[in-house]
Amino acid sequence: MTATRISWRPWLSRALSYATAIVLALFVLAPIYVITLAAFSSQTRVYDYPKDLLPRHLSTDTISFFIHFGGMLDALQRSVYVAAITLVLALVVGTPAGYALARFAFRGADTVRLTVVATRAFPIVILSIPLAVIFIRWGIDDTVFGVSIAHTALALPFVVLTTASVFAGVSPELEEAAMTLGCSRLTAFLRVALPLALPGLAASAIFVFIISWNEVFASSLLTLRHRTLPAEVLSLLDGAPLNFRFAGGFFLMAPSLIVILIIRRYLFSMWGRVVK
Amino acid sequence: MTAVAQQATLGRRIRRWEGLPYGLILPTVAYLGLFFGWPMVQAFKLAFREDGNWTIEPFRSMVNDANFGEALKFTLLLVGVIVPIQFVLALAMALLVNAKLPGRGLFLAIFILPLAVSDLAAGLVWQSILTERGYLNTVLEKLGLIDQPHIWLDPTKPNQLLFAVVIAELWRSTAFVMVIFLAGLQGIPKEYSEAAEVFGAGLVQRVWKVILPMLKPSLQVALLFRIIFAFEAFAVVIAITGRAKTTLATEAWRWQADYFDSHVAAAYSALILVLSLVSAGLVVWLLRTPKEQMLR
Repeated sequence: MTATRISWRPWLSRALSYATAIVLALFVLAPIYVITLAAFSSQTRVYDYPKDLLPRHLSTDTISFFIHFGGMLDALQRSVYVAAITLVLALVVGTPAGYALARFAFRGADTVRLTVVATRAFPIVILSIPLAVIFIRWGIDDTVFGVSIAHTALALPFVVLTTASVFAGVSPELEEAAMTLGCSRLTAFLRVALPLALPGLAASAIFVFIISWNEVFASSLLTLRHRTLPAEVLSLLDGAPLNFRFAGGFFLMAPSLIVILIIRRYLFSMWGRVVK
Repeated sequence: MTAVAQQATLGRRIRRWEGLPYGLILPTVAYLGLFFGWPMVQAFKLAFREDGNWTIEPFRSMVNDANFGEALKFTLLLVGVIVPIQFVLALAMALLVNAKLPGRGLFLAIFILPLAVSDLAAGLVWQSILTERGYLNTVLEKLGLIDQPHIWLDPTKPNQLLFAVVIAELWRSTAFVMVIFLAGLQGIPKEYSEAAEVFGAGLVQRVWKVILPMLKPSLQVALLFRIIFAFEAFAVVIAITGRAKTTLATEAWRWQADYFDSHVAAAYSALILVLSLVSAGLVVWLLRTPKEQMLR
């Protein structure tokens, strides 16, 4: 009697584990599936009810309607520019600080780290409103550059913390060895530490791109006629037809899924130490 | 050159660079000062100063606005409902991935998919499901559970709208909590949980008495970030409810973008900041580790 119970229990708990995992996985996957299906329905079938649950009548009409709607192509282009400028600015400014936090035990290091974590947690809502006022005074309101500056402020703490975590994963002994063999500190960094850190840095850069691509609150307050893609979608949302919403949802979501698939190997080396 | 001499030159070289870390952090500190610290000061000046005088007029306008009570209530409801549910879901996901199940890599890959999805995109995705001619009604009708489409996003039914925003936010932001939990779980030696099992602790007891106490630092970090971000709920609310529901962040946005009143908008954002700081303080205080319990 007892023997059968013991042999049953691991089997049962494993079956329960799989059942829970599958339910949770379906909760994540089902919305991705249906928005993709909706975005690739033809213009007339978008309004069908009941909806087709299988991909039987695929068409790119709805997506193409969305992309060519109003100033959407220009907004898309601006979004890419803003994200690219943000990526470069945030990495150029933030990577040295990440390296310093990972390599040197200097006075004030903890304060710097804590301040950076705190700014990461500060609401973008608070930052955007004064920036909207300041940018008008500076004459950079409604520009790609202005939005990039705000996005860089938003992404910089993330870059500092993740690059610190990436450099902490590259053994300092390697750089020291290079220096005993005649490298200067700079060449040791450029020829030893940087190449080893490059994949992690690239993952961090890709994530910065998506932070900027996603950001809508600041973008829509800092622009009026020259909106980024999410800001443009948000401003057109009032009374927008279903096909616009479905295609818009898919179009805004797709890059973030691709990014996660690309960088998922580096996710934990990036975030693991952010936590501590 | 002997090893000792080499060490000495290296030491000299490193000492020569003592100022280096400060030079390396300077660009970040300058940037954050200029585009983070200074705007923050400006935000408070906007909220408390008008035409060169100190004033609380913006706060009076905010509190007396017809939408204020609604916005505050809905924001607090969102935080209070989303965060606890998503912590249970995230813990389940993290425990499943951390267990030695075959295929756990695939589950992890699926669970983290929404990690970088924006709240605007999540709102639109869930609208395609919950809208009257949407996918939830389609599935329910095909299963024979309803015979005509049910209106899930009825502007006159606040509880349904709350539910819709909650589920979209659960879908989008639970992955973030899971990643933090999983990183924390991987730092807990398996032996603790196994020992508890040997002594007859069931799953619930093991999670409650062994895993959660050891996961406290991760819990704290995840709570801090999730509560602060939940107070900023914005695009997901607009995408799903249109103008039927409003939060503190959507009010701040409307005062700035539609009514061009930066003072009231800044008052709203100051309120969000205060609420975030108070709850952050509460989290740190409630989850503090007494000195005698510290491992290191």
